[in-house]
Amino acid sequence: MNQPILPNSYRSGPDEDGRFGIYGGRFVAETLMPLILELEEAWKTARQDPAFEAELGALNTHYTGRPSPLYFAERLSEELGGARIYFKREELNHTGSHKINNCLGQILLARRMGKTRIIAETGAGQHGVATATVCARFGLPCVVFMGATDVERQKPNVFRMRLLGAEVRPVTAGAGTLKDAMNEALRDWVTNVDTTYYLIGTAAGPHPYPALVRDFQGIIGREAREQMLAQTGSLPSAVVACVGGGSNAIGMFDAFLDDPEVKIFGAEAGGHGMDVENGHAASMNGGRPGVLHGNRTYLLQDENGQILEGHSISAGLDYPGVGPQHAWLRDTGRVTYDPITDKEALDAFHLCTRTEGIIPALESAHGLAEVAKLAPKMGKDETIVLCLSGRGDKDVHTVAQSMGLEL
Amino acid sequence: MTRRIEERFKTLKEEGRPALVTFLMAGDPDGETALDIIKALPAAGADLIELGMPFSDPMADGPAIQEAGRRALHGGETLKKTLATVARFRESDPATPLILMGYFNPIYVYGVQAFVDAALKAGVDGLIVVDLPPEMDDELCLPALEKGLSFIRLATPTTDDHRLPAVLKNTSGFVYYVSITGITGSAAPDAKKVEAAVGRIKGHTDLPVCVGFGVRTAEQAAEIGKAADGVVVGSALVSAIASSLDEAGCATDKTRGAVAALVSNLAEGVRSARLAR
Repeated sequence: MNQPILPNSYRSGPDEDGRFGIYGGRFVAETLMPLILELEEAWKTARQDPAFEAELGALNTHYTGRPSPLYFAERLSEELGGARIYFKREELNHTGSHKINNCLGQILLARRMGKTRIIAETGAGQHGVATATVCARFGLPCVVFMGATDVERQKPNVFRMRLLGAEVRPVTAGAGTLKDAMNEALRDWVTNVDTTYYLIGTAAGPHPYPALVRDFQGIIGREAREQMLAQTGSLPSAVVACVGGGSNAIGMFDAFLDDPEVKIFGAEAGGHGMDVENGHAASMNGGRPGVLHGNRTYLLQDENGQILEGHSISAGLDYPGVGPQHAWLRDTGRVTYDPITDKEALDAFHLCTRTEGIIPALESAHGLAEVAKLAPKMGKDETIVLCLSGRGDKDVHTVAQSMGLEL
Repeated sequence: MTRRIEERFKTLKEEGRPALVTFLMAGDPDGETALDIIKALPAAGADLIELGMPFSDPMADGPAIQEAGRRALHGGETLKKTLATVARFRESDPATPLILMGYFNPIYVYGVQAFVDAALKAGVDGLIVVDLPPEMDDELCLPALEKGLSFIRLATPTTDDHRLPAVLKNTSGFVYYVSITGITGSAAPDAKKVEAAVGRIKGHTDLPVCVGFGVRTAEQAAEIGKAADGVVVGSALVSAIASSLDEAGCATDKTRGAVAALVSNLAEGVRSARLAR
């Protein structure tokens, strides 16, 4: 359907207009345009400023605990009986996921721009917690928009945000999930544009967000690439990450995009299955290009261009779109995106917990399920690096429910 | 370019008064009732009609218009049906300018060229698409202009003198000044600030400048209309529909009349705007 011209490099985008092929762009209300242009300038200046890099680097080291380890998952590798599997341990970061990488970078930008109030959207609550955390750290007021359904199913994270001093605003519009939270955050932003910085949590939204979130999350792949070379002497045969909006995935993939010997796989939320109407959140496997939340990308939508809600057991993957660079990487064929069902993710969740003593987030369990499919078909001399993007404490209620238990 | 918008503002200039621009959502609360309401607008005093194209994710709209869109979508409204409504309106009203307003995705999915052709054929005069700033002109603005459909741009309090020329460059029909930084139907605009902003925009263009977002009453309309070439009222009209519905959200015998009465009242406000001068 969308046959793009293959580029010399997969790492040169976006272009000046914020596009990756036909994807990306700046589809926002005029009120926000001046601010988005200002953000782009601030980002261009900051990324060339050694002081910015030094400040972010120090926070990454001493606050987040970077570099995160690269861990050889020996028992899981044995159990699957094929490729040797490594985990990039983003779940060990402060706040328990990769989300902190982006939040620290963006809050430094917000401070440079003189903004005095931070807003964010959150689905599972991981980005909300990370945003509330950096706001506490820098003493800025924080409002987190969260779908009412998600507020209900992610109570521990809601309480964490409140402890950290953030105001959590439940959004009842629509199905009360991540896309509705993002709509409401955009409405707040347009109203308070003078004072407010919108700290977007995923590699989507209007340009420059997809690029700047990728760059802040890119530390995952840069570290993993070096660590693999140091530990094994060669690049991995494959890298794998889960994809909702796709921030941990693009952070993991970016450093490997121009290594043709490294195969790259993204795991989308297949929910109840791809054949179940509106029963999944796999926008690249089950959606079509469209425009939402500031960018053109693959979207779950009906034949009239109305956006569908989608479904995933994982609140963090329950989003009808995906970052525009992923949409482009899909069309170019550089990255293979596969749907993983709720059941496959749950099985992988248990497998990882039993064999490695690591309780993964349900989001990351989608990546693990992809690994469980790939590894047995690969040789023992081959390697896979999985981005273990978050820890699963927040999901134990959901998992218990799936086992017919009540905590 | 269709001529209706230009003709209408020319007439209004001769009459020495600003335009009353009314916004309603297509298919709200159902297709037939909406068509009846729209048909009655010109007689009630509306000079231009904006018809909303409902979208599942209206990021720039407040609760009233969000609800209107939800009612319309729930009733099965589609872009195709909206265009059919316009065509039926045109059968009885060849003169009143009609502008479609909404978000880009339903148009993108319909197909840009197909949409532009169908809109012209139905009798649409212009488009307002909230999430297409000038940076995105290739998407719809230029194809629309090329075929003769006006593309009406939003200018906002954050659009400074530096940016204004870019915003006005491919604008035609009129300029829609968003009187507040915010969503539709929220804070009331400050008439003094609006007057200054309209003056600033007029320094850059000869196009009429209409003002909207937050205008609810005849008094506000009169006040804003002193400086503006037109006053846009939307959320208040849509709320009048909402409060006329029965518990199931269906139209009652009050629904059609509720809008017409409010429009007549607003029209009086607009007509009194310049008398005080």
